[in-house]
Amino acid sequence: MVALPHEVAGPAPHWDRTPRAWRLTALLVLALAVMSAASLAVGAAGTSPWAVLADIMAGREVALADRVVLFEIRLPRLAMGALVGAALAVSGAVMQGLFRNPLADPGLVGVSAGAGLGAIAAIVLGGLLPAGIAGVLGYHLVPVAAFAGGWATTLVLYGIATRRGQTSVATMLLGGIALGALAGALSGILVYIADDAQLRDLTFWGLGSLAGATWTKLAAAAPLMILALVAAPMLARGLNGLSLGEAAAAHVGIPVQRLKTVAILTVAGATGAAVAVSGGIGFVGIVVPHLLRLATGPDHRPLLVNAALLGAALLIGADMIARSLIAPAELPIGIVTAILGGPVFLWILLRRRGSLGF
Amino acid sequence: MLEATDITVRLGRREILTGVDFRARPGQVTAIVGPNGSGKTTLLRALTGELSHDGRIRLNQHDPASLRPWVLAGLRGVLPQATPMAFPFTAAEVVRLGLMGGVEAAEPDLVPKALARVGLAGFEPRPYQELSGGEQQRVQLARVLAQIWHPTAHGQPRWLFLDEPVSALDIGHQLQVMRIVRDFADAGGGIVAVMHDLNLTAMFADSVALMAGGRLMAQGPCAEVLRDDLLSPAYLCPLRVNALPVNGPYLLPQASGPIAAE
Repeated sequence: MVALPHEVAGPAPHWDRTPRAWRLTALLVLALAVMSAASLAVGAAGTSPWAVLADIMAGREVALADRVVLFEIRLPRLAMGALVGAALAVSGAVMQGLFRNPLADPGLVGVSAGAGLGAIAAIVLGGLLPAGIAGVLGYHLVPVAAFAGGWATTLVLYGIATRRGQTSVATMLLGGIALGALAGALSGILVYIADDAQLRDLTFWGLGSLAGATWTKLAAAAPLMILALVAAPMLARGLNGLSLGEAAAAHVGIPVQRLKTVAILTVAGATGAAVAVSGGIGFVGIVVPHLLRLATGPDHRPLLVNAALLGAALLIGADMIARSLIAPAELPIGIVTAILGGPVFLWILLRRRGSLGF
Repeated sequence: MLEATDITVRLGRREILTGVDFRARPGQVTAIVGPNGSGKTTLLRALTGELSHDGRIRLNQHDPASLRPWVLAGLRGVLPQATPMAFPFTAAEVVRLGLMGGVEAAEPDLVPKALARVGLAGFEPRPYQELSGGEQQRVQLARVLAQIWHPTAHGQPRWLFLDEPVSALDIGHQLQVMRIVRDFADAGGGIVAVMHDLNLTAMFADSVALMAGGRLMAQGPCAEVLRDDLLSPAYLCPLRVNALPVNGPYLLPQASGPIAAE
């Protein structure tokens, strides 16, 4: 009875910003490639990826130190930075679309704190689990717990903010702050009872860093983030419709309840996994979608793809700054993103304080 | 045909709509009128499937609740009273959101055509949030029109549900929008509109449903429902309906003397 949805054929009319957004996609792919290459080349050890590549091409033996630096340290770290950056930016964009609010962000509304509580509980209380369960989960325990924490917080938040099918933005923000504080307090109790070794783990985890990236950690966290990144663009049309409001979105043909469920799963999965492996990295989720909306408009179809690319490129860049500014020591990357992101966020607020609409 | 039988809506423990029977035919403009809080919008939201309700609704013989959202979207469009947008979309991008159901998506130029239809030609790149309330309302009408551009499809009428479509508009645009509504019905589509303006209702509606206190007081042609003895108790104020020799009934509140405060 109804034809499959598809795009209008022919050249794009002058008012259509979407083709410009897709051209930006090509630019961002290029930027991500440049950032990745630079990230592989920069580091405390003087290893050059080009020299290693030349050695491999020529069939020469690669020095052990260079091989370890490149393939066991820089490459997993690059992959982790790209995935975490993409996951955080896409989570922010999806969350903003879901709550119809340009200021929503998993960090701002307590979802990250919930994921953090999950991760801390796994680190501190993981030893109390029956050996069978701990053995099955192994390296997956912390990301799975973070995922569960982020997911539970998102669901509770959505339940608190939604009444008779209408999600209240003010309730959501205030509820998120309360939930974040609660999760922070519970995390504090767990930190209090943690032993010295656990405290060390917690401290490094909490500062926010990609320094611990290994292929094993990546293998544990990547599937959730990749799944969320693949799922997100499928939400784009629905999120566009949702910007009309839930009722009107249903009237233009969006299966709203299913959209909300998938969006919540996506945000919780991506945020949970990202927080689990990298700690508290702020501002990526809110700054990246905003920059892109200012540049090419709010259409979620290019926005979600571009957010993933820009988030990945930015976090790789921030990580390069974090590890080269005071080399051979490292700044926690959370500090770098906050120092870069804070002023940008304020700039957005100043530009738009007249038209925030709530 | 739209048939609603014994529609009851409860919000919490309060019954805000009680046993409403409502009919609308394709090719006609059916208006829902009544004082504030009488249940007009609630009835409309029950008819569009937005509110859960008791009773039976059949739209072209289908139970709307049983249709997939995108199938239902190809059958009927809904214009709310006001639609604030969360993000800085342009007028054209808002209209394009109406094409997501996919039925009309193959038709090129539908976005500018729909904007031109509501008198907003050239408004495509304008930011929606910077438009006036009346312009926003017409952009949203263009979006709904784009969703069901042809009043009939596959031999079936399509339906337009409008919640106070002209309340934010000046008199010129009120007449323009009611003309669009009339044309949609004349081309075979069905219109159900919540109306505040009884004169516009008398000018454009074929059938009027009068609501008061969550109940349907009467439904029928304008001449049968827009009567002093029905309107005055419904609106709780003296109203005098008059008739022009050629064009049917009209209202002048001042014709009934000084307004008594209730």
